[in-house]
Amino acid sequence: MNSLHGRRRIRLSLRLGAAVAITLFFLFPIYWLFMISFKTPDEIFSYPPKWYPGQLQLGNYAVLFKDGDATAVWHSLVVAGGSTLIAMFLGTICAYSLARFKTGGEHLANWIISQRMVPPIAVVFPIFLLYVWLGWVDTYVGVILLYTAFNLPYVIWMMRGYILDIPLALEDSALVDGCTRWQVIWRVVFPMCRAGLFATAIFTFVFAWNEFLFALVLTRTEVVTYTVQVTFYFGGQSNFWAKISAMSVLGTLPIFIVVAFMQRYLVRGISLGAVKG
Amino acid sequence: MADLKITGLHKYYGSVHAVKGVDLEIPAGEFTVLVGQSGCGKSTLLRTIAGLEDADQGNIEIGGELMNHVLPRDRDIAMVFQNYALYPYLTVFDNIAFGLRARKTPAAEIEPKVRRAAQMLAIEPLLGRYPRQLSGGQLQRVAIGRAVVRNARMYLFDEPLSNLDAQLRDEMRGEIKRLHQELGKTMIYVTHDQIEAMTMADRIVLLRDGKIEQAGAPLDLYERPATRYVAGFLGSPAMNFVPAQLQDSGALAVQLADGTLLALPASRNDKLAGWRGQPITLGVRPEHITRASGELRQGLVRHTALIELVQPTGSRTYATFRLSGAEVVAELQAHDVSQPGETIELAIDMNRVVLIDPATELVVS
Repeated sequence: MNSLHGRRRIRLSLRLGAAVAITLFFLFPIYWLFMISFKTPDEIFSYPPKWYPGQLQLGNYAVLFKDGDATAVWHSLVVAGGSTLIAMFLGTICAYSLARFKTGGEHLANWIISQRMVPPIAVVFPIFLLYVWLGWVDTYVGVILLYTAFNLPYVIWMMRGYILDIPLALEDSALVDGCTRWQVIWRVVFPMCRAGLFATAIFTFVFAWNEFLFALVLTRTEVVTYTVQVTFYFGGQSNFWAKISAMSVLGTLPIFIVVAFMQRYLVRGISLGAVKG
Repeated sequence: MADLKITGLHKYYGSVHAVKGVDLEIPAGEFTVLVGQSGCGKSTLLRTIAGLEDADQGNIEIGGELMNHVLPRDRDIAMVFQNYALYPYLTVFDNIAFGLRARKTPAAEIEPKVRRAAQMLAIEPLLGRYPRQLSGGQLQRVAIGRAVVRNARMYLFDEPLSNLDAQLRDEMRGEIKRLHQELGKTMIYVTHDQIEAMTMADRIVLLRDGKIEQAGAPLDLYERPATRYVAGFLGSPAMNFVPAQLQDSGALAVQLADGTLLALPASRNDKLAGWRGQPITLGVRPEHITRASGELRQGLVRHTALIELVQPTGSRTYATFRLSGAEVVAELQAHDVSQPGETIELAIDMNRVVLIDPATELVVS
């Protein structure tokens, strides 16, 4: 019995050791990024490399704020937040219609998700020409609408799945009890798929946050997002590592915060016990 | 006046014809049970009354008003669903208050109404809990409470007890019937369970294949079934059916395939006049076969039976034997028979048997 106990212990500690090693391996680039952003130029280029800065100096960040480069993060927030809100609202009511009224027949839902598979590079230049004609290049409207359009299929697909999981009797019961269809969506569908709603919103937000190609082609100076802003620091002769790292940290923080707050919604299971059998 | 009037109702699901022309009138305050096997259209009929399904043809009137295109919320009905349909993210109190809030009832009125409904159903201590913390019986009480609190014109129940175990089901059956007596509202109750139908209904509407097979008071249907289907559906153990022929050798008698003659009482002659010499199906309820002792009453015929199977229930004992090759169950006194293999004298009450035309399956007499 003792040896069995011991073996289990060894296996557990091996597993734990492996988990720690893998986590460190993947966390290292992020650690390095954060460290560079606090280093002085000398420290950045010193050899052998320094594992941590001599002191926590915020000069690299101060420069970004003084030059106004940091507003790129604000642009990203507006664009990602705006397109997520619109895509979530439109996508959810589309999904409801597909799930409950079989709108467009059996295959419309499949067709919609197939739209998500369009390679961005195939459409970016036609869209650019269209935007030039519409006067939407380098505007919030242009970028938000495009991200919304790109995220809608994903939102519709995900939300349709969550809505199909809601027992129909819950909605029927609400209809008989005095709800209109809109009230059913608000009072039954939203709370029932709250976890799914947040999870989908996080993924939608992250997609818009990380998007680079469209932003590169469709923005100039007014609504430059942080992903594009970072590329400005890669020069022909030299790269501004201090600015690159500080800008990258600024761009990473909002996602950390969002995920930290929404983490519990990423785990589903709120509808357990809703209906028996 | 009829509280609910349905005329010529048809409902299709794609190519499936679920309800095939139903006409039904339900008086105010009556407890009506729609009963039938699964797929007979009873739930569809109920959902159409609620407005959750549209009628493809025919009319639904509630209180004299045409309801075909009225939304469920405006029909003044409350409904209890098979799977309780409670909102897992709301407490019991909020679940019961849900309908009141959806109808913008003033907050001050909600609290006492919810408490009163909870009191009626003995779930007051549970008001602060969530559905996942309740047992099946408690969940069903909450679901009923949510309907009761609404004070609607009409209450619909869609197989509300089918998820409960047998003992709870008995208890809730009584509870719902008591509720009907207290509230005096029109109630329509769907079930596939003939015992629920018999025990609860003022009137049973027996559906088969999208049509009404027969409607009437429970004992009427039980004692005077119109068709073989109704005769076989109601009653447990079910009615026994034996193929036979009607013979006239002075007095009328039923002749079984093996030659056994069972004399019919003279009182049944009238309706059977045209059936002499014709094939006929004999229907006998298990409780109309008893242990024969001494001189038999008028209309009872003696039959010697070799018992093949004995099933005591405590109060009664079910004994299976063969009558001209057909398996027949008799519901005897508890100690009438103890072992399979016994041969005993039985008496069949020919006053109460049902005679069915095997071609049309209609009851002849």
